[in-house]
Amino acid sequence: MAETWHGVTAKKTNRVSTDILLVGQPNVGKSVLFSRMTGIRTIASNYPGTTVGYTSGRMRFANDIYDVVDAPGTYSLEPLDDAARVAVNLIDDAKRIINVVDATHLERHLTLTLELLAQGKPMVIALNMSDEARHKGIEIDIKKLALRLGVPVIPTVARTGEGVRRLILATLALDIDKQKVPGIGYEKKGGRSVTGHPHILHHPEANHKGHKHIPEQTVWRRVGKVVNDVQTLHHHHHTFGEWLEDASVHPVWGGLVAMLVLAVSFILIRMIGEFLIGGGIGIVGNPWVELPFGTEKLFDVAWKPVMMKLSGLLGEGSFLHNLFIGQLIGGQIDFMQSFGILTSGLFIPLGAVLPYIVSFYFVLGLLEDTGYLPRLAVFLDNVMHRLGLHGYAIIPTLLGLGCNVPGVMATRILETKRQRFITATLISIAVPCAALQAMIIGLVGNRGLWPVALIYGILFVVWILVGLILRFTSKGFRPELLIEIPPYRAPSWRALGSKLWMRVTGFLKEALPVVLGAVVVVNLLYQFNVFAYIARATAPVMSFLWGLPKEAIVPLLVGILRKDVAIGMFAPLNLTIKQLVIGSVVLSMFFPCIATLVILFRELGWKDGLKSIGIMLAAVIVVGALINFLWPG
Amino acid sequence: MSEKLLTDLSVNEEAEIVKIRGGRGMQGRLRALGLAEGQHVKKLSGVGFGGPVIILINRAQVAIGRGMARRIIVRTDHTNG
Repeated sequence: MAETWHGVTAKKTNRVSTDILLVGQPNVGKSVLFSRMTGIRTIASNYPGTTVGYTSGRMRFANDIYDVVDAPGTYSLEPLDDAARVAVNLIDDAKRIINVVDATHLERHLTLTLELLAQGKPMVIALNMSDEARHKGIEIDIKKLALRLGVPVIPTVARTGEGVRRLILATLALDIDKQKVPGIGYEKKGGRSVTGHPHILHHPEANHKGHKHIPEQTVWRRVGKVVNDVQTLHHHHHTFGEWLEDASVHPVWGGLVAMLVLAVSFILIRMIGEFLIGGGIGIVGNPWVELPFGTEKLFDVAWKPVMMKLSGLLGEGSFLHNLFIGQLIGGQIDFMQSFGILTSGLFIPLGAVLPYIVSFYFVLGLLEDTGYLPRLAVFLDNVMHRLGLHGYAIIPTLLGLGCNVPGVMATRILETKRQRFITATLISIAVPCAALQAMIIGLVGNRGLWPVALIYGILFVVWILVGLILRFTSKGFRPELLIEIPPYRAPSWRALGSKLWMRVTGFLKEALPVVLGAVVVVNLLYQFNVFAYIARATAPVMSFLWGLPKEAIVPLLVGILRKDVAIGMFAPLNLTIKQLVIGSVVLSMFFPCIATLVILFRELGWKDGLKSIGIMLAAVIVVGALINFLWPG
Repeated sequence: MSEKLLTDLSVNEEAEIVKIRGGRGMQGRLRALGLAEGQHVKKLSGVGFGGPVIILINRAQVAIGRGMARRIIVRTDHTNG
């Protein structure tokens, strides 16, 4: 899967030559190896003109600095998809290549290796997951493999760092002036060194069309020969991990595993989120342990006194006071309600939302890196087919629970326009982002857990129903699921950390300015009484259809800027629980925030974008009214 | 020796791929994961209720949507009973 995170947008990057390029198939531990080599600060880019992301970073080694690029995972250099096209371009610009190969699946990975060797670049092979191969009873004769391929082979375990230093040394020892593979292990007899390729590649058809292409059959045959020659399989016992692997795609057990994993994920997200906010440790109700620290406490203890002083200086009711501090509630600053730039403007993104962003992306990273997500996709393939999708569509949807922007962008992994349309529309209507969820939990959670559960439940039903309607109304065929299921793996904390860092800083960079902007706009419109006019005009819809007070239109409109800011504006309206539930559901569904809207139009185009918005408006009016009329009282 | 569809294999049954009925795109996608004519596969499980078929190929697990799996013809060797 191409890496997607908070709000990454396609960037034009200048192509510079890369010192070391990591190439390999998906799920081989390439990015873990990459983060081992470069440390935590890496830059994520989208290759110009394509939809595939790659990561670049710097490696410091023996007083020198090297540019290292992690190419998107690709099964082949044959340009069947974007990942392969990007990889080919990156290879052209690279000085040295590290081909990361999965020691447990040598046969399949060596096909790419042969294609890479044909490119004639200096190359080293990282035989990754050597530990796993040992556990599985796979013995590989490394010297023989290096001899047969004509390049150095270094066994590595990226997760623990074993062999990484040797790999770097071997890579830097490559002779980059001669643009060919180094002489280690050349088989002189067959290896016509004119091209510098070891003999394994020489075949009458190998260089036809002037391009570095080897026919399919030949590759398979040769790979088979090499593997037979270097690999010995020993019998081994079924491990607990393998038993779990079978269980998670089993018709019955798979469902239990999926429910368990999702339940544990939600509990973890909530526990970590509340822990960081300072709500203590616990799952439901009162926490078991109270904490003396946390973002909310920090704002209350450290920031509030400063703001109260500033409030005194500016004088309550003055324009500047209203702008920076906002309204005082009972003579005090209320970070949820005051709505000044320095009070709510800072508290909403940093105090209330950031902790949940951290906890959500941490848990998502765990699910990604342990290898559970593809299993969930396989298991849910059935259900998703009923919505006109296939199992893989669950992955953009899960990303959408973090932020709709990367969620909608990730719909690119789906093959057809119809699938992308359905998935993206469903995300923008019925999948609340982590920022919105954090505020719903903060605001509605005060009144008990069941209204929160009800909001989630209603949105889930909306997701299913709108999906069913879209399935039967939109044309196009349904492609089939086809994915590799990687074995379960213990995640690398390092790689997890660097991904989390990238996503969290991405959130801060993208969200902070918009939140502050939204607070300023709300603040000014409020001070100039604009809202009162709008509220009067839309009152019939609000109160008759949805049973909300007329002022509730304001948060709905602000929601177009930022949903988390918007839901905070329900706080001073003294809503009943019913109104709060309707308000939260309507706000979640009513227009995606501006960032999502832009991406939605960019991904779907004007026509489908407008169609998506039309569906959204119809859905929100019906759903809001239904809850209002069906809920007595 | 008998030829059948990949979907008709029973769990843990092994077979050789004889033919893939599909366009260039589908062939390419399958080949990238190691599924080609002449390759040996073992069916691990089906999720059931029209869900994908999970097979083992080159010791890697691959999930194939049922519609696609129906277009893969395999040969099993039953001569040993």
